[in-house]
Amino acid sequence: MATSAAFKNLQPVPVTEIPRLSPAEFRRAMVEDAEAGRRIVLFFGDREPAGVTLTAVLADDDRSRLFAASTCVGSEARYPAITPDVPAFHLFEREVYEEFGLEPVGHPWLKPVRRGIAGINPAEAPTAFFRMEGDEVHEVGVGPIHAGVIEPGHFRFSCQGEDVHHLEIQLGFQHRGVENLFLRRRDHPAFLLRLAESIAGDSVIGHAGAFAGATEALGRILPARRALMIRVIAQELERIGIHLGDLAALAGDVAYLTGQSVYGALRTKIINTTLALCGSRFGRGLIAVGGVRFDVTPEGRAAVRSVLEEVEEGARLASAVLFGSGSVLARFEKAGIVYPETARQIGLVGPAARASGLARDVRSDHPYGGYAYFPVHKMTLTSGDVFARAYIRSVEIAQSIRLVREQIDLLPEGDLLHPPGPPAAGHLVVSLAEGWRGEIAHAAVTDDEGRLKRYKIKDPSFHNWFGLAMAVRKNGISDFPICNKSFNLSYCGFDL
Amino acid sequence: MLDLLKLRKRHGRPVIKDLRRAEVKAPFRGFPLLREGACPDGCDQCLRACPTGALSIRPLRLDLGACLFCGDCETACPAGMVRSTPAHRLGASKRETLRIGPGETAASFAAKAIGSRREIRRLFGRSLKLRQVSAAGCNGCEMELGACGNVNFDMGRFGVDFVASPRHADGLVLTGPISRNMSPALKDAYRSLGTPRVVVAAGACAIHGGLFAESVDLDRSFLAETPIDLFVPGCPPHPLTFIRAVLDFLGR
Repeated sequence: MATSAAFKNLQPVPVTEIPRLSPAEFRRAMVEDAEAGRRIVLFFGDREPAGVTLTAVLADDDRSRLFAASTCVGSEARYPAITPDVPAFHLFEREVYEEFGLEPVGHPWLKPVRRGIAGINPAEAPTAFFRMEGDEVHEVGVGPIHAGVIEPGHFRFSCQGEDVHHLEIQLGFQHRGVENLFLRRRDHPAFLLRLAESIAGDSVIGHAGAFAGATEALGRILPARRALMIRVIAQELERIGIHLGDLAALAGDVAYLTGQSVYGALRTKIINTTLALCGSRFGRGLIAVGGVRFDVTPEGRAAVRSVLEEVEEGARLASAVLFGSGSVLARFEKAGIVYPETARQIGLVGPAARASGLARDVRSDHPYGGYAYFPVHKMTLTSGDVFARAYIRSVEIAQSIRLVREQIDLLPEGDLLHPPGPPAAGHLVVSLAEGWRGEIAHAAVTDDEGRLKRYKIKDPSFHNWFGLAMAVRKNGISDFPICNKSFNLSYCGFDL
Repeated sequence: MLDLLKLRKRHGRPVIKDLRRAEVKAPFRGFPLLREGACPDGCDQCLRACPTGALSIRPLRLDLGACLFCGDCETACPAGMVRSTPAHRLGASKRETLRIGPGETAASFAAKAIGSRREIRRLFGRSLKLRQVSAAGCNGCEMELGACGNVNFDMGRFGVDFVASPRHADGLVLTGPISRNMSPALKDAYRSLGTPRVVVAAGACAIHGGLFAESVDLDRSFLAETPIDLFVPGCPPHPLTFIRAVLDFLGR
């Protein structure tokens, strides 16, 4: 008997076809799959009469296949932890522990993810931070409120002198109960779409697109190709805009103000172009379930083309100057290294993974929507340092500009909206999208009447925050800001 | 070096020279106009389309504080009772002012929405330092507030800046619906400000709870305990909306 059901991105599978293994078999299957090169995409629980059903979704990126397996943990409320053999399960098992009280026996660092933070809530037992012992060890605590206009989180550094030995990242301050709201308001689709846009306000197209994709797949429709291509254009503009902003922030953090100003001004041009297309600088309101709400007019196309031309030349020149500057390279190179083997073990995704030599990109590994119609070349660097994570952004900006230019000229005629049919009952659908940070995964499970019974969201940050913790080890604490910005992770996307 | 000079020349001066005259172009969804007259009998399309319950009908009213400016009501209404305009001046000093009805225009709203107190003008008119606190904001408001200080908008030219410590700040800018887990830190930050102090609530989440208003993971007690001086609607508010509201508040 197969230990998992095989399917593709956006292909609904009947829940009954997902093998239900015993906890011991489930663990063995996960470890064997990981050894065979499959990568964890999602691991989530769902409360049912017999206990808690745990479902894992793994990916075989080379063959564009996803695999799902499940197990049920009953009143014993414990199961053998998978993390000791597959470290990428680390946070997923903690999340399940927090939500359902299931103890993964043998987990190396079992504590809640979003609760029990520094004694904030009297109803929750505070959880301890990792502690290093030694005469010269000192701790630096930062946050939840940080120095800039950014989201909150707490960083606890264990340092010896200037060097960071360990960083524990405690998030959860942003927890708004997003997944819970998806279920409570499941009969109000307009609400859910807007909610998806607000999972992470910097990845509006990424998350709204993943939600729309899942809903369309359950409703057995595919939007017209014109609508899919408009989504591609918006997604690539989102990527270009944020990458430009990230390069501005990185330049600013090493006091290279020319870079900060120039990239910042280029970013403004891009997000104002998104506004010209749909009325919002972040693409809010563009995506609809079944397609898009705004067309690209001939004038719109001309405007996008002219802005892209300007930004392409500006970004090329800015990158030549930034990455040609000795004082910048002295800060970026060999700072915050994540080695390829570490990146693979902890399951990094997105540009951070590609900067550490992992060729992972949902657009080509698990093509979806408009990306099914043309190839996206995967580009990697191997040094895994701040330089690589910065440089890969400049490479991706150029690539995305080319993609938008090509696709906007080839926009096929077609309708903008196709209303989906009633959602398939008793199905699981996994919707993967390559946001600018990496793999966004949404999983929707429907009940016998086709209503949502579980909605699981994974922002790429859920994998990558641990990458930041690895990156700063053995670095001076003063390099933390550039390490952090080189990842630019989402707090609210993680906290949900 | 040559590239650097070329880059500098290309960059030019991207700053918006006169922020008070700057306008945001359509299809930006700013101030919505509500039409006078009766809604079609039995119709509640807009109520069903609105994700945050910002609308009420018979009589037709819209709460700009709860509005996401998504335009879903405009699309849904068969009678054209709601029409978006790109007008970006949306700030108000009183919560009630944000509840608009038919006949209100962008100009009539902007003319009365923000009152500038003499004490505020005297103390902060030439320098206002703000500490921003994101309390479960999705990073939309945070990015737009961050953009207020960039080379295009350059809010700093008016002496208005975001600073790192609440001890250095004259006011607090709140974003996000206020999660339970951020509530204590937000109150700490507020208490760390000197007096007199101002509080600005920016974005639908901060003002009303927005999409998260019904969530059980929020603790919005801060708002009940704290007087709010300025409300800046939007999801997120455009940088010009924020800057213009602050300037009006400072009487500049």
